[in-house]
Amino acid sequence: MSGTHAHSAAFVRDAMLPQEPPPATSVGALGWLRQNLFSSWLNAILTVLSLALIGYVLAAILPWIFQSSWSAGSLAECRDQIKAAYGSEASGACWAVIRERWLQLIFGFYPSELYWRPILGFALALAGMAPVLFTGLPRKMLYLSLAAPFVVPWLLWGGTVWLPVSVALGFVLGYAAQRIVAPLAGGLLGAVVAGLLPVLWWFLLAGPFATLLHQIGPLGIEPVSSRNFGGFMLSITIGLTAIALSLPIGVLLALGRQSDLFILRAICVGFIELIRGVPLITLLFVASLLLNYFMPPGTNFDIILRVIIMVTLFASAYMAEVIRGGLAALPKGQYEAADALGLDYWKAQRLVVMPQALKISIPGIVSTFIGVFKDTTLVSIIGLLDPVGFSNSIRADVNWNGIVWELYGFIALMFFVFCFSMSRYSMYLERKLRTEHR
Amino acid sequence: MSDTAIDRSRLTVSDEVAIQILGMNKWYGAFHVLRDINLTINKGERIVVCGPSGSGKSTLIRCINRLEEHQSGKIIVDGIELTNDLKHIDQVRSEVGMVFQHFNLFPHLTILENCTLAPIWVRKVPRKEAVETAMYYLEKVKIPEQANKYPGQLSGGQQQRVAIARSLCMRPNIMLFDEPTSALDPEMIKEVLDTMIQLAEEGMTMICVTHEMGFARQVANRVIFMDQGQVVEQNEPEAFFNNPRSDRTKLFLSQILGH
Ligand SMILES: Nc1ncnc2c1ncn2[C@@H]1O[C@H](COP(=O)(O)OP(=O)(O)OP(=O)(O)O)[C@@H](O)[C@H]1O
Ligand SMILES: [Mg+2]
Repeated sequence: MSGTHAHSAAFVRDAMLPQEPPPATSVGALGWLRQNLFSSWLNAILTVLSLALIGYVLAAILPWIFQSSWSAGSLAECRDQIKAAYGSEASGACWAVIRERWLQLIFGFYPSELYWRPILGFALALAGMAPVLFTGLPRKMLYLSLAAPFVVPWLLWGGTVWLPVSVALGFVLGYAAQRIVAPLAGGLLGAVVAGLLPVLWWFLLAGPFATLLHQIGPLGIEPVSSRNFGGFMLSITIGLTAIALSLPIGVLLALGRQSDLFILRAICVGFIELIRGVPLITLLFVASLLLNYFMPPGTNFDIILRVIIMVTLFASAYMAEVIRGGLAALPKGQYEAADALGLDYWKAQRLVVMPQALKISIPGIVSTFIGVFKDTTLVSIIGLLDPVGFSNSIRADVNWNGIVWELYGFIALMFFVFCFSMSRYSMYLERKLRTEHR
Repeated sequence: MSDTAIDRSRLTVSDEVAIQILGMNKWYGAFHVLRDINLTINKGERIVVCGPSGSGKSTLIRCINRLEEHQSGKIIVDGIELTNDLKHIDQVRSEVGMVFQHFNLFPHLTILENCTLAPIWVRKVPRKEAVETAMYYLEKVKIPEQANKYPGQLSGGQQQRVAIARSLCMRPNIMLFDEPTSALDPEMIKEVLDTMIQLAEEGMTMICVTHEMGFARQVANRVIFMDQGQVVEQNEPEAFFNNPRSDRTKLFLSQILGH
């Protein structure tokens, strides 16, 4: 029945309509297909074409992946096995190389009886990261996060236990300097002293101090030289350190770039532009070759440490620009409200500005992280045996000469797992913060 | 406009000086935005500052808590002169509350956290006590039930009342308002003005830039009219509105009251 009267504007509904189910074509699997894949002729054609393309690619790749050999001792043996099993025309993957070398692809030449150390170190690093990444976890776990940066490198490289202690002491020194100098000579001088003192300590005294302690109380585990590091262990060591350090350094650089202090601003801008203007490869060559000329002869500045410093600087410069974008997106009113409430610069940054700016920058930050992690493969060029470098050395073996796709496929898969997890974490974080703030 | 009855006899002005501005000048680059400002404001005064857009009203009150720096003259707040000394600036800022046109609440913090942030970090009040104070003031501005929401979930009027509560949690002696109601829909203006009236009745020293002339008549003990960076006229509200003396004031009043 109709409730409207054609000739008058006044209208009163005299019967309420009951709720009816939606038409079948708009719900369920059918509805989904219709809406997403066949909503128009063009859409339908594209769907069919894409399916055909995907099918074609899979038809080429899947047999290669599954008509494979897992047990051969060389590439030639692999090929024979596959021909015997699937006919003389068949070509398949030789996964045997992965089976034979996967431990090396993961640990490099790290002594196999000590594999527990990187494994434990990696677990500890994960446990240390967990409370930072997931705020729901018990806050007590943050002690792990504090300990991990000192314990994990010690587990990896071994040596005297006093070295990490001595390095940690540098932070204590910086903190003490800040507490003592700042009230006496003002915040700026306090910050400068607190920044310089630990650096001096690390470069000049930390080593001898650790040696001294070690002579008094020898306590340590078997040292492993950097030359034996390789595979994903090396990528993760470099990548994780650079990721963890680049965020705080990037924040400081971004703030420095916005500072009112001309000199500070000039230094930060100069640093950022210089590092961003140079390819990472160049920085790595500087790390591997040039630095040796500048160091006093006889000093042994670990190659991995040098690489980590360069990758960190590189990542920090990019991070600084990403965070600057987040800072620029904050309304001026936020700074003014923080000022008007009497929050000083650092408190305003920490409590008001950074939580918001970092939240805005999450996608960019995580992209930078992913980029840094993937860029660690560049160290193969200066002769470090990261997975890519290692795959070259596997290929140099007569048995595996000529093998390409299997190794790269495996490495790509591993990298994908890591990078995809980072990307998912970033989406989780964005979703969580969005619901929290809205 | 507010029609809440207000008992003017309860509004008392002390003869202690709260703010003193002497021969103050300010430039933005080459633009002389405030020219030779002289003002003495006693404790308990409710000052309304009005004037055409761009006349420097916001700049004037932002100078009082050093959100803007003045280049010459003196500003003395509660006996503390504003200079480059950061300690003095922080001291003044923790005694002077400010409410902005666009609220400027911190969107990543709940209402309660907005209110406890500065007391905990600046005044070093224990968290429990800060929460109690915050709830006291949130009740005062009549939104205790919103304490655990985020600013984005509140209406404009509610956000502005939270902003007032947030300032009050620092227990300021002086409150500055920069057009607190001009970003609000008409039905929300009253709730904010009522909150401000309540503050006035409790003896708060207030300086308020506003176009709410009803509020000025009702609450202010002095109206200051600014134009081109200068104080052109100041008087008690009745006299100011009923027989303005300068031509600029007359023109301004006819424009905002005329239609
Ligand atoms: N940061 C700044 N840099 C340069 N000029 C500015 C700045 N802030 C304000 N001005 C100028 O100073 C003058 C006074 O500004 P102010 O905001 O104090 O005016 P107002 O009286 O508050 O105006 P309104 O009623 O529109 O808020 C205006 O001409 C404005 O363009
Ligand atoms: Mg203004």
